[in-house]
Amino acid sequence: MNYVNAVLQGVLLGGLYALFACGLSLIFGVMRIINLAHGDLAVLGAFLVWSLTTHLGAGPFVALIAALPVMLIVGYLLHRTVLARSLRGGPLTPLLTTFGLAIVIQNALLQAYSPDVRSLGGAAGGIATGSWRLSDQLSVSYLGALILATAVLVLGGLHLLLRRTAFGREMRATAQDADTAALVGVPSQSVYAKATAIAVATATLAGVFLAVRSTFDASSGPTQLIFAFEAVVIGGLGSLWGTLWGGMVLGVAQTIGATIDPQYSILAGHLVFLIVLASPRGRSLFTYRREATA
Amino acid sequence: MTLLRATGLGARHGLLQAVRGVSFDVAEGEVLALIGANGAGKTTLLRTLAGAHPLSEGTVEYDGGSLAGVAAHERVRRGIALVPEGRRLFPELTVEENLLVAGHRARPGPWNLAAVLDAFPTLRPLRGRLASRLSGGQQQATAIARALMTNPRLLLIDEVSLGLSPKAVEDVYANLAVLRDSDATVVLVEQDLGRALATADRVICLLEGRIVLDTPTAGLTRDEVVTAYFGFTSAGHE
Repeated sequence: MNYVNAVLQGVLLGGLYALFACGLSLIFGVMRIINLAHGDLAVLGAFLVWSLTTHLGAGPFVALIAALPVMLIVGYLLHRTVLARSLRGGPLTPLLTTFGLAIVIQNALLQAYSPDVRSLGGAAGGIATGSWRLSDQLSVSYLGALILATAVLVLGGLHLLLRRTAFGREMRATAQDADTAALVGVPSQSVYAKATAIAVATATLAGVFLAVRSTFDASSGPTQLIFAFEAVVIGGLGSLWGTLWGGMVLGVAQTIGATIDPQYSILAGHLVFLIVLASPRGRSLFTYRREATA
Repeated sequence: MTLLRATGLGARHGLLQAVRGVSFDVAEGEVLALIGANGAGKTTLLRTLAGAHPLSEGTVEYDGGSLAGVAAHERVRRGIALVPEGRRLFPELTVEENLLVAGHRARPGPWNLAAVLDAFPTLRPLRGRLASRLSGGQQQATAIARALMTNPRLLLIDEVSLGLSPKAVEDVYANLAVLRDSDATVVLVEQDLGRALATADRVICLLEGRIVLDTPTAGLTRDEVVTAYFGFTSAGHE
């Protein structure tokens, strides 16, 4: 029964990893940028919500509603001011740019908020601690279910956006051939900026759920980036639904590893990631189809 | 009325000067054929007009205004559309999605999805098919239809028949006849001299990036074209 519970908790944890991963996957799928600042942008969003919660007394989910438009604008401006220029410098430049951006965000947060570890769990009330008890050894936390449901809704929403809307068609066309998209009237930089805005907003969502679920500090970003990156690679680069499955596989690997021995939790996730990388299919357990580009 | 005026155009590929001091006008409703050997600068010239390749010198005026600093997507909104060499469809989008992408920000005009499918009936049963699964002729028809979805005033078509089967070429030129009948202004690059001369009102021949012939097709002799095309007469090099 321990292992059944481990799988269940891993699936729920996978929802959080999928939320972290979908923005990373979207930016890679559309712009071919691996955004090394993705985890730090998520933590930046969490700090913004923490500030709103602390200073205005709002609950974290209410504060999140106010923070999301702000982070959408942050993402849009990030592309217009930084990423657009670095894209013109070739494929390596955006990688270095986002690496530098990650360091800037971490140090700015350190300066503004100190190295103290924080959590939004207390402010979230019963949802952070309550659960449905299925049996003596099986339970589903409210928060885990909420995170998984949110991940499915976000991924489903992005899927519909890409497949069913004119903007989605423009995004997919730009992802496939930005030069030709411009020749049919699509302003590729505007499409890129909107994709970055969406990615930063989803990162904020993930950052806030992380902050409610556990703790965070100014240097939490890189760890989340690694988990998000592993979920993206396991699920298939650029595949939105693949990130959900990738996140679940990573989560289940970690919880099963923790069931064997608590110190194997993170290691088990990394091992699954490495096995996928080395597998004959290579770099994806599930699919190579890219919703962002296909 | 002059729709487009190019004056002293130059364009480079690195150290190579692909287009040198090219000047010409395109009148509204005119069909102009650009001919020349491989490497003569035809594609570069077309891409320069569409804003897909930077000018190194010269000016382009369109509808009375300068196109200096105007991005490719903005030129589309002003009515300049390019059917690029190799078609360059979005391979993982369906035929209909390829058309709708172009139509989303289109200028007001007669072309929409229904009108384009009426003009290109062979595309109607292919609407849901991925562009990557089309034949060469179907791809070329889709590429021309996609450009029409932007409601262009000036349509630039690169390498109309390159790589197509004879049947596909027939189909594509049947589609071009539709454009001609609608008084569209067209600049086309074509390797098939017979087709180019039969379709166009005027022909410009490029040789090593320069214009060596600019004349109406009516009354043009094959010798004049061959001399301009190859840069020498039957008597030897000029």
